[in-house]
Amino acid sequence: MTEFLQQLINGLALGSILALIALGYTMVYGILRFINFAHGDIFMLGAFAGFYLAPKVATIFPMPSIGGGLAVMGISMAICAVIGIVIEKLAYRPLRRSPKLTVLITAIGVSLLIEYTCQNDHVFGAAPKSFPAIFPIHHITQLGGLSLNSNQIIVFAVTLILLLALRFIVLKTKIGMAMRALSFNPEAAALMGINTDVVISFTFGLGSALAAAAGILFAVNYPAIDPLMGILPGLKAFVAAVLGGIGNLPGAALGGIIIGVTETLVAGYISSTYRDAIAFGILILILLIKPSGLLGKKEIEKV
Amino acid sequence: MNIRHAKTFLLGALALCFFVSLFSNQINSYWLFIAYDIGINIILAVSLNLINGYTGQFSLGHAGFMAVGAYTAAVITNQFGELNPFLSIAVFLGALLAGGLLAALAGLLVGIPTLRLRGDYLAIVTLGFGEIIRVMFQNMQSVGGARGLSVMHGWTNFFWAFGFAAVTVYVVTALVHSTYGRGFIAVRDDEVAASAMGISTTRYKVTAFVVGAFFAGIAGGLYAHSKQFITPGGFGFMQSIAIVVMVILGGMGNTIGVIIAAILLTLLPEFLRPVAEYRMIIYSLLLIILMLTRPQGLFSLRKSPSK
Amino acid sequence: MSALLQLDKATIRFGGLTAVSELNLEIGRNELVGLIGPNGAGKTTAFNLITGVYQPTSGEIIFDGQSLVGSKPHQIAKRGIARTFQNIRLFDSMSAFDNVRTAARLHCPRGVRNALWRGRAFRDGEKEIADEVMELLEIFQLGKFRDSFAKSLSYGDQRRLEIVRALATKPKLLLLDEPAAGMNASEKTELMRLIQFIKDKFQISVLLVEHDMQVVMGICERIAVLDYGVKIAEGKPEEIRANPKVIEAYLGD
Repeated sequence: MTEFLQQLINGLALGSILALIALGYTMVYGILRFINFAHGDIFMLGAFAGFYLAPKVATIFPMPSIGGGLAVMGISMAICAVIGIVIEKLAYRPLRRSPKLTVLITAIGVSLLIEYTCQNDHVFGAAPKSFPAIFPIHHITQLGGLSLNSNQIIVFAVTLILLLALRFIVLKTKIGMAMRALSFNPEAAALMGINTDVVISFTFGLGSALAAAAGILFAVNYPAIDPLMGILPGLKAFVAAVLGGIGNLPGAALGGIIIGVTETLVAGYISSTYRDAIAFGILILILLIKPSGLLGKKEIEKV
Repeated sequence: MNIRHAKTFLLGALALCFFVSLFSNQINSYWLFIAYDIGINIILAVSLNLINGYTGQFSLGHAGFMAVGAYTAAVITNQFGELNPFLSIAVFLGALLAGGLLAALAGLLVGIPTLRLRGDYLAIVTLGFGEIIRVMFQNMQSVGGARGLSVMHGWTNFFWAFGFAAVTVYVVTALVHSTYGRGFIAVRDDEVAASAMGISTTRYKVTAFVVGAFFAGIAGGLYAHSKQFITPGGFGFMQSIAIVVMVILGGMGNTIGVIIAAILLTLLPEFLRPVAEYRMIIYSLLLIILMLTRPQGLFSLRKSPSK
Repeated sequence: MSALLQLDKATIRFGGLTAVSELNLEIGRNELVGLIGPNGAGKTTAFNLITGVYQPTSGEIIFDGQSLVGSKPHQIAKRGIARTFQNIRLFDSMSAFDNVRTAARLHCPRGVRNALWRGRAFRDGEKEIADEVMELLEIFQLGKFRDSFAKSLSYGDQRRLEIVRALATKPKLLLLDEPAAGMNASEKTELMRLIQFIKDKFQISVLLVEHDMQVVMGICERIAVLDYGVKIAEGKPEEIRANPKVIEAYLGD
């Protein structure tokens, strides 16, 4: 039983990270009906930002520490938010009226560009790097041998805070309302005086910040980082977004948790070699059974 | 495209390929192998063009079909290749066709669930299928798993590579340039209108996948017997993207354009050799610029309707 | 004489909204029937029910003696129902000729093998279809556009082309969804003549959804009126014109 609970906790931690990434996908899709293929690479950039920031921040804050770690995370999030906004402005905005496929391919191009540039020795280099400990590490043993380390607690805590912050933004602020308006009807939103460009930029920035946070949390728990680390988590997070109902925020979070837990349990109890295929299997299943996702609504095409 | 004499053309092409292959030991083997790559890529691009370009089903998992064909053919020739040197041609052809058929079956299995999906979703699911196939081979210890599989007989030659390329071009072109073939384009242009005009969109989509996958499987078999070593990693997402880029560059639904694009993109790494380090960076940058400036492909002439 | 098309209490619900409610409608052979009603009354939805785009939640739809319920759009097209669309849905990347040719295939399907072998049978079959298509195009004065992009035709010509394409499937019943939309007075007169011509020459029935009263009253033998998914009146044009419920439905929103 403790084994199961242990796996469950591991799964929840992974799922939280996937959820943060999935939120970015689902927000962008909700507004633009477009899958940002390069989103997983923002996750990677967040981790690397943290890697290079940590020593710099260490000159100000004592490291490792909660304050220091959060500072690293915060700055990474800001950097990645800017990167996300820039990518949107340069690569996606010009194609806003183009067929969906064109933008999709552009996004693939952006993703490849980021990955290959970062692999270049003049940038990050392809070899994995070791992410420093930015948060203090404690092992906390619960009842009957359940072990929870502080990094996992940080994952839960940060995810929870970010989810609440996101909820606040989306439900209680003007720009959040604008985001929701855009996701329902872009033309009407524009006619209501909403500056769609600003809202879209904001959405990209917000999603990218969350992905960066996910990157740092991931790197804190699995310290080997490399330029291609964003590919699989990115794809899995996308599946999570679809599972929950693409365009639906709570759905993305739910999807992330489900995938994280399922994958961990299957890897632990059945076979770890098929670990990466689980997400794709779930994707195919959900698209066959309920394509609108667990929490999504059915979209009827007007004939 | 005037294909009144298509069959004659095909036979002529096959004869030419046969002729050239007789003299292939006169050709520098480095460039010969690149020529094989060109032939293989033409098959891949033209077959994918049927699915993506003509039928409008954006498939990102074509490399998966290639993998099925590659492994199937390799296993067969590894097993039966020694039997009789005189039968080697038959064994090779049989292995390739078996690979193609199994790949076609995979195409059927991928095509059916994806029927109701559109655009981005379809792309991701086909990507997922491609990855699942890759993971499957990675876990199949009987064919080497992640370490790869050695292919004993390097039987691919000019005739096979370009001969099959000619056949692929013929089949896809003949299919599409007929009243029957208009159905594919109708499905791409407007599914609702197509079904209202009596076109079974299901049947056309599945047909496109099956035929496209078949030839991808053949290409995989040819690839295996050229490189003589295959790994699951070589049939992943990147490979699928590479083929997709050929189709996009050539102009979706433009067979000649796609052929030229396949040739160019196969040769591109050679031209970029001096900057090999930056090759993939330039490649992805070019892709973005292409999409931003000329998404209809380099060779698409939209002055006249699809022929 | 048995009706060609019979809707028997056909109903469709989308979640909480009943778009069409217990619709009873009969169309006889070689009849020109109009379906009118305010915006959102469910007219196009009725079309979608008949053509199999939507499946009825309850009720029955019988065509030429056989039920259509459960059949897919392409199967229904094979049975003999063709349609045009409210927002023109031509095959944009194809020429006018190919648009019609795609539909013409319906009754002479030649399979994959034929296209690949390219023998005599194929060539003859293709010629037969090409002749049929050209004939149709010529009848409707679209022959000169045969190789042009369908999208490049004028609006009125596009609407005509859509009708020609539908006719290429050799239907017994033709559904026209607001064919007069966006037309000026003389185009409308021409359209009325055209529809009458089609009905007479091809001996088919036509079900017409239209907002333009001049067109509807001018050519329809019988008119059914929908409001909020319910049929509120049916009868000859003169009767409908004077019917108080119809007047109220259009004015008293």
